[in-house]
Amino acid sequence: MTLGKGCGLCELWRYRDDRMNNASPSSYDEMFAADGSVRPAYRGYSEWYSEQPADHLRRKGTEAEAFFRRTGITFNVYGNEDAEERLIPFDMVPRIITAHQWRRLSRGIEQRVRALNAFLHDLYHRQEIVRAGRLPARLLEKNPAFLPQMVGFTPPGGVYTHIVGIDLVRTGEDEFMVLEDNARTPSGVSYMLENRETMMAMFPELFTRVRVREVSDYPRRLARSLAACLPPAAKGHQPVVAVLTPGIYNSAYFEHAFLADQMGAELVEGSDLRVENGRIAMRTTQGYQPIDVLYRRVDDEYLDPLTFNPDSMLGVSGIMDVYRAGGITIANAPGTGIADDKAIYSFMPEIVEFYTGEKPILPNVPTWRCSEPDALKYVLEHLSELVVKEVHGSGGYGMLIGPTSSKKEIAAFAAKLAARPHNYIAQPTLSLSTVPILSRSGLTPRHVDLRPFVLVSPGGIDITPGGLTRVALKKGSLVVNSSQGGGTKDSWVLDD
Amino acid sequence: MLGRSANGIFWLFRNLERAENTARLIEAGFRMALTRDARDASDEWRSVIVTLGLRAAYEAKFGGDYAGPNVINFILRDRDNPGNVLAMCELARTNARMVRAGITREVWESVNDSWMRMRDLLARPVTETRLGDVLDTLRRQSTQVRGAMEGTMLRNEIYNFARLGSFIERADNTARILDVKYYVLLPSISYVGSSLDNVQWENVLRSLAGERAYRWLNAGRMEARGIAEFLILDSRFPRSLAFCYGKLRSNLEHLAREYGGETEAHAILREADCDLHHTTIDAIFEQGLHEYIAQFINRNTRLANQIQYDYRFID
Repeated sequence: MTLGKGCGLCELWRYRDDRMNNASPSSYDEMFAADGSVRPAYRGYSEWYSEQPADHLRRKGTEAEAFFRRTGITFNVYGNEDAEERLIPFDMVPRIITAHQWRRLSRGIEQRVRALNAFLHDLYHRQEIVRAGRLPARLLEKNPAFLPQMVGFTPPGGVYTHIVGIDLVRTGEDEFMVLEDNARTPSGVSYMLENRETMMAMFPELFTRVRVREVSDYPRRLARSLAACLPPAAKGHQPVVAVLTPGIYNSAYFEHAFLADQMGAELVEGSDLRVENGRIAMRTTQGYQPIDVLYRRVDDEYLDPLTFNPDSMLGVSGIMDVYRAGGITIANAPGTGIADDKAIYSFMPEIVEFYTGEKPILPNVPTWRCSEPDALKYVLEHLSELVVKEVHGSGGYGMLIGPTSSKKEIAAFAAKLAARPHNYIAQPTLSLSTVPILSRSGLTPRHVDLRPFVLVSPGGIDITPGGLTRVALKKGSLVVNSSQGGGTKDSWVLDD
Repeated sequence: MLGRSANGIFWLFRNLERAENTARLIEAGFRMALTRDARDASDEWRSVIVTLGLRAAYEAKFGGDYAGPNVINFILRDRDNPGNVLAMCELARTNARMVRAGITREVWESVNDSWMRMRDLLARPVTETRLGDVLDTLRRQSTQVRGAMEGTMLRNEIYNFARLGSFIERADNTARILDVKYYVLLPSISYVGSSLDNVQWENVLRSLAGERAYRWLNAGRMEARGIAEFLILDSRFPRSLAFCYGKLRSNLEHLAREYGGETEAHAILREADCDLHHTTIDAIFEQGLHEYIAQFINRNTRLANQIQYDYRFID
């Protein structure tokens, strides 16, 4: 076949040959098997790809960027004045999961989320798990994520985490592990939706050839799920749902507006709200109107200046009292952060077993708790091989990635770690799976993770097939966070 | 809808309207300056600056030197002028982001696109060679936003607040242009009715995109009274005061129906509307055009404030 340089088929061959010749054998490529054959998940896609003429896809890439800029899908970066709004880079090669793999994943996710909610209920009530000696009480004491205001209170519908994002990493054919649970206010779902829209707009014919499961009804499912958790004070009318945003300068503002728009909910800020007749009411053009369910994208500590941070301008004074009196549903419930605390994370296998009576379907990444002397000793001796994270950190800040750090950096980190061991956990440097991205020099492997989005309502647990795939754009990098230069991909779950 | 959103949408459209009108004003001034000698050109630019209410700020920076490039850049992009066109576009976009959930994707994208284009075009000083392109883009973008709104927005309260913003601003701008131009052209009331500089009057009409319509209606006769009548009272012309108030009326009426009641703003509107309906151009000239317009602008501002208050734009 005579095709020009840069044609789809040539690029696939080159990617495959590079993988076979010089890839580190330890990292699992999701497109090509070690013997050079295309894995089942990517068969349909690679056929389509090999027919693409030279430079067609790269041109599409430029189109996609213009599309994102115009639609305003940006995120704000704190502490970077020049880049007030930045695009999260989007890569056009999808991340593909087979129906079979997804079935197992979703069973594991459902089990984990069920356990998380049971765990939260228990923590704020009888603390059976502590009494049973399966979780040390010290993890709760003085933990800022544990909210005494929630003790003895059951949220409407018994739901704590209405929206959960479970971060998964993969190291082999069937080896998916949970890297992190996001039980506070997980973000990224708008990228899941927009990435799909973009792909369908750019490559409509691709979707007629490969059957991919829909994600677009997520906002409807979210709205339904939220409306299923009405507070006792809600009257029999149509539920009033609002999204609470910190405002247009928040890094995820685009997503807040997007979700409110898609759900047909109001997008409110703290200054729009006040307590009126035992309800939280928003200032409308016709006066104050009570809200039934508040999907808040404001952290616990800013939610109520009367109860938490008194300097907060983002929340509503008195909302915690209204909440406890049954005047409003807050999603996610305050105090859910205790469940995704990194110190708690290492106990998740026990937690899952304790509440479900089943073995966890999805394993944790092996974790050393630096608060334990033996573990600390091991971690300090093996820093150059490990990833060390702050217990309360997020977004890829304040962590050490041993293998890519200099001796000096490691020594500095060791001092911090030794001074406050309770503040850290450590994990092995996993050899995360790779998926090709389309870079200027053609297809090239990059590490990825996956964040499926899970909705919880009294009626059950609903997982959108797919999620957000984050990709580390720098060669060899394992950090996928958007704040650290990561990008995203459309994530496909194939239809049977 | 939220009061804050009503405020956002109101100001989004006020800013867009103002940016567009400013572009027309510069365009007319530029055309005028091209056909005049240096002193007259400078007079023309001064009147543009005065119309925009920027005289003090401008002279603080440039003194009495009304050179074209200085004026153009001061209005379009100078940071010493906080109300520059780029800032208006940015404000419009900020408001659009704030009310993102209340406008359609098409409206948002065209506002965003418009801001991105203006940001690029105004990143460096605008030369006279580039001016045409800049103004053209500005006008075209404005048309695009309007088209997106017309074609995709639900005709509900949100739309009403958008229209109220547009027409409050447009009425204000038309009144100001007429006032200043008239002042410049007629140093004394005794000039009224005398034969006038056709080019100057055509320029007033051009600033308001009305030269063709006026000529068509009046067989090309340029006459002060006729032009003032056209700009104030002719409800067929979309930038006339009467037209703007017709739109304000229908949108406020719609709000009253939707909300089941009138507010104080309706009373002010009725008074202004009634006045435009019953007055004649002779009566206006008798009172004094400048006095009439000053009164109009004043009431227009009162109406805007009352709308913001009645519909709880702020706490």
